[in-house]
Amino acid sequence: MNIVEKILARASGKSKVSPDDVIFANVDKVMLHDVSGPGVIKVFEKLKNQGISVDKLWDPTKVWVAEDHFVPSADKVSAENIVKLSNFTKKYGIEKHFKYGMGQYGICHTLSHEEALVMPGDVYVGGDSHTNTTGALGAFACGLGHTDIAYVLLNGKIWFKVPETYYFKINGKLPDHVMAKDLILKIIGDIGTDGGTYRTMQFGGSGVDEMSVQSRLTLCNMTTEAGAKNGIVEPDQKVIDYLTSRGATNVNLVNGDDDTEYAKVFEYESSEMEPLVAKPFSPDNISVVREAPSVELDKSYIGSCTGAKYEDLVAVAKILKGRKVKIRTEILPAAISIYQRAMENGLLKIFLDAGATIGPPTCGACCGAHMGVLAKDEICISTTNRNFPGRMGHIESQTYLSSPLVAAASAVTGKITDPRDLK
Amino acid sequence: MKGNIIKYAQDNIDTDVIIPGQYLKVHDYAELATHAMEGLDPDFHSKVKEGDFILSGRNFGCGSSREHAPIALSHSGIKAVLALSFARIFYRNAVDGAFLLPIEIDKDAYDGISEGDEIDISLSTNEIKNITKHQTYKMKPFSEIIGKIIAAGGLFKYKPDQD
Repeated sequence: MNIVEKILARASGKSKVSPDDVIFANVDKVMLHDVSGPGVIKVFEKLKNQGISVDKLWDPTKVWVAEDHFVPSADKVSAENIVKLSNFTKKYGIEKHFKYGMGQYGICHTLSHEEALVMPGDVYVGGDSHTNTTGALGAFACGLGHTDIAYVLLNGKIWFKVPETYYFKINGKLPDHVMAKDLILKIIGDIGTDGGTYRTMQFGGSGVDEMSVQSRLTLCNMTTEAGAKNGIVEPDQKVIDYLTSRGATNVNLVNGDDDTEYAKVFEYESSEMEPLVAKPFSPDNISVVREAPSVELDKSYIGSCTGAKYEDLVAVAKILKGRKVKIRTEILPAAISIYQRAMENGLLKIFLDAGATIGPPTCGACCGAHMGVLAKDEICISTTNRNFPGRMGHIESQTYLSSPLVAAASAVTGKITDPRDLK
Repeated sequence: MKGNIIKYAQDNIDTDVIIPGQYLKVHDYAELATHAMEGLDPDFHSKVKEGDFILSGRNFGCGSSREHAPIALSHSGIKAVLALSFARIFYRNAVDGAFLLPIEIDKDAYDGISEGDEIDISLSTNEIKNITKHQTYKMKPFSEIIGKIIAAGGLFKYKPDQD
């Protein structure tokens, strides 16, 4: 069995599972946020009206709650949702509720690793499609809707069809100007936005072994954009170190069998990789940066679970140090812990000296919620994960998706720019 | 199950256009319905009728996991979406929440059925009859678990232990 099959077999109490088996898996961790939380509360109300008991959760210690999409509260409705969420966690005894303005908080997928909330081998489900991100720690991490999350909260388990696995073998270390974001854009461009549908996308090979945990998180994050059920990397010592440095103890590894076979294997040579962008209006509409359209950009947005981890901010700082931005540039660290590290290590000063605006942790404009949404005809380069019509604001705005290096280089020139071409 | 078709002859209709991100904070189902398909077809709300079906191409419902998407369509009156394929979370949400039927069709049905056609979907024979055009197409049968959850009326009414 491969790693996902092993995790799902363990979680469903079976000695073996195979692709297409339907199982009920016991869930180890579950996450909800200020969008899926109120959605779940609504489902609970419906259930109550149907006479189904919603008096207590299966295990509140396995649940954690993030405030990320519309915080700090964007308007009255968002503020009401935060109140509802707080009442919910209080009522059901959920202690891990990361509240904005009260120490550590941030984007749910960022907290999952920054706070070491998910362990290798876990079945982790979240009320958000980018829950896939956390597969980089070696967990089976999968996004679900409100009804399914409500079901997990009450029953501790959920059905899955065991996915077949596409294995992406990355040979060699990525060049300095290329980031994991470029690699996952390349893969999505090759297999399309439904190329991974219902499947696991597993990443391995020497290129992934060499990669930091945060880069692996970027890879797994955007498996969602290929439609995948989950993304995963087999955990190693780097994952143990990453989690223990964030307070975890007893981190155990889980790996696939040596003779694992995959439904399909894709190979990539890191040395052939180049900085890429996804042009409007799809994450699979890929162009090499040096061949990208010569558009006048209005904004560079550096944020989200995909592109505002600490490592991403370091890449941005490398470009912005001693330079000035030519277009509106917003930088929103994905969690308070990252914000703090960026402050302590001088990154925030570099950003401010360059002329960028620094915002609070939030999903913000990535999903068109608030904090810098786009006007009609505005063109943005963004470290986020989606560029569908209207995703970041007006239906006639445009978003180019890129790595943090490219978004920062483009902020300096006002054009889509390969970091190697900066003077 | 009879209804009329609203056809979007394109692939990759994502949940951001089915219900734009600014409405994610809204959890009133009737209000969500007034914004259904706003990112793609601003006339949708005025033209949709109770019992209508949507017909579309590949990868319907891709992107965000927002359950708002099947909710907004369902509370607009849409009883089923017929598509060449579906994104997985939209599909799950539609079935587990018992909002609408996600029906996978083939190219014959996709090409053969036009905007406004009246069709009749039979889950017992897995056939789609085009009453307007006097044609019949096959639909892909639901997998066993999906069929059971649909028959039960959603995930909460499905009792796996009784299998």
